[in-house]
Amino acid sequence: MSEPILQVDGMTKMFGGFVALDNVSLHLDQGERLGLIGPNGSGKTTIINCISGALNNDAGSVLFRGKEIHRLPAYLRAQMGIARSFQIPRPFRSMTVLENLCLPIEYAASDRLDFLNIQKQGMEVLETIGFVDRANDLSADLTQVDLRKLELARAMAAKPTLLVSDEAMAGLSHSEVDEILEILMVLNDRGVAVIMIEHIMRAVMRFSERIIVLDAGKKIAEGTPDEIVQNPDVERAYLGQ
Amino acid sequence: MKAPLLTFWPCAIAIFAAGFIFTLIADNEFYFFASYVVLQAVIMATAWNILGGFTGYVNFGSAGFFAVGAYTTIALNKAFGLPLPFLILAAAICSGIVGLAAGYLTLRLKGVYFAIATLAMSIVFETIANNWEYVGGASGAYILTPDDSLFFDSYIELLFMLILTLAIGSAAVARYMSSSRMGRGLAAIRDDEVAAECNGVPTLKLKLISASVMGAMMGVAGAPYPFFVTYVDPVSAFNLLIAVNAIAMPMIGGTASWIGPIIGALLVGGAQEIITVTISSEMNLLVVGVMLVAFITLAPKGIVGLYQDYRKKRRRQ
Repeated sequence: MSEPILQVDGMTKMFGGFVALDNVSLHLDQGERLGLIGPNGSGKTTIINCISGALNNDAGSVLFRGKEIHRLPAYLRAQMGIARSFQIPRPFRSMTVLENLCLPIEYAASDRLDFLNIQKQGMEVLETIGFVDRANDLSADLTQVDLRKLELARAMAAKPTLLVSDEAMAGLSHSEVDEILEILMVLNDRGVAVIMIEHIMRAVMRFSERIIVLDAGKKIAEGTPDEIVQNPDVERAYLGQ
Repeated sequence: MKAPLLTFWPCAIAIFAAGFIFTLIADNEFYFFASYVVLQAVIMATAWNILGGFTGYVNFGSAGFFAVGAYTTIALNKAFGLPLPFLILAAAICSGIVGLAAGYLTLRLKGVYFAIATLAMSIVFETIANNWEYVGGASGAYILTPDDSLFFDSYIELLFMLILTLAIGSAAVARYMSSSRMGRGLAAIRDDEVAAECNGVPTLKLKLISASVMGAMMGVAGAPYPFFVTYVDPVSAFNLLIAVNAIAMPMIGGTASWIGPIIGALLVGGAQEIITVTISSEMNLLVVGVMLVAFITLAPKGIVGLYQDYRKKRRRQ
């Protein structure tokens, strides 16, 4: 087995006196699909904020491809190959769909291409997710499902090796969830490891090879989807006793 | 609104040449005084827009940077009697550094907090100027304009050509910043700073560059000012009107492109000069106010935005 792409050890994050993450450890292999679930407020988004660099963890280490990154600013982590999508889509509203994609190509992938080639690559990303006809639409005018797709497309454009997808499907219809799942699978087929945070169990169970369950900042279970479903601790965390 | 390289520089040279011809044929010095004020406004509006328009940080402290430039000129002129180009360079460096420092201290603040911090900073500078005896303190400083005005008929013609050159230079800088890789990064920061950072944009670095360039350009606008008015005191150099104009002009012209502030400055500055002469000098403030209110309610994207919407509509038809 090769070296894990991401190795989180003893991650702790406090907000004032509130312990949002309590000594959480996890690892992710190259090209693996990991599901991260847990009740509201269990610390899922905090974990990915600490991995992507939006927040700094107070204790613990984050190794990405063997390098300690937990003090690096978010933009460097993005350039190293960590992409994330946001729970509430955060498009660059004054830009078109294509311009939204050109930004990570230009900054995160940082190949120093000329602008024509950047746009060409942007169009290629749009083709893979079947979004070409929206290229010149203003991102502010997109519908909710299209915004989610744009989030993922933008993450894809950064040419990441690790994608953290934060509730990309919340509030979407059945068929829309399938569309988003398909995009994530395409990404994964290209060798991108994916951490998926999701409340929609159907999607998590189908997508994940391994699942980690968080409750109140602690990791309470880890295993294959089948093991997780039968785990009594998980049932207790979700349904109470 | 991206003029290709091939049309920008010929236009710039044509404007420069037109300005030069203007100095040869116009006799009435008032035209040069009025044009100077408008062109100074062009530089300041352009400078404000680099941080305010491109990057999205609304700055009320323009007068502070402008005055740092003006006071650098006064101090260095008194100490060493340097020629004007050196004074301008020195002013650009000083206010650029002030911009960098102020940026470092305040750019973590967002929205209205940033605006208040910049306003407060300007007041701090004013207090320093008030208490700095070397540059005249609260009673102000007189500057003697040199007798030598190169090959121009009068010193104001020289100043006019100087400020025209500086204005063209500012436009070139702003244009470069808006249409380059950096400009796209700044636009991303303006739209969503967190998302920009997560897409690989070094937001702090770009914001600091943006604040430094803004400061330096404000300083450049302020550097020749003591020679223009020949008497500078803190009340006039730190006048809030300077800051208000520097905000109103880009807002009216349109903040998203480099040309917007120039259009706004020419329009508002020009109108102010005309009204000062024809109606009253007090009315010009009212004009800025009314124009600003009208544009913010009716055309929030400014004149450039109106033009773009118009073109979009025509293309659809």
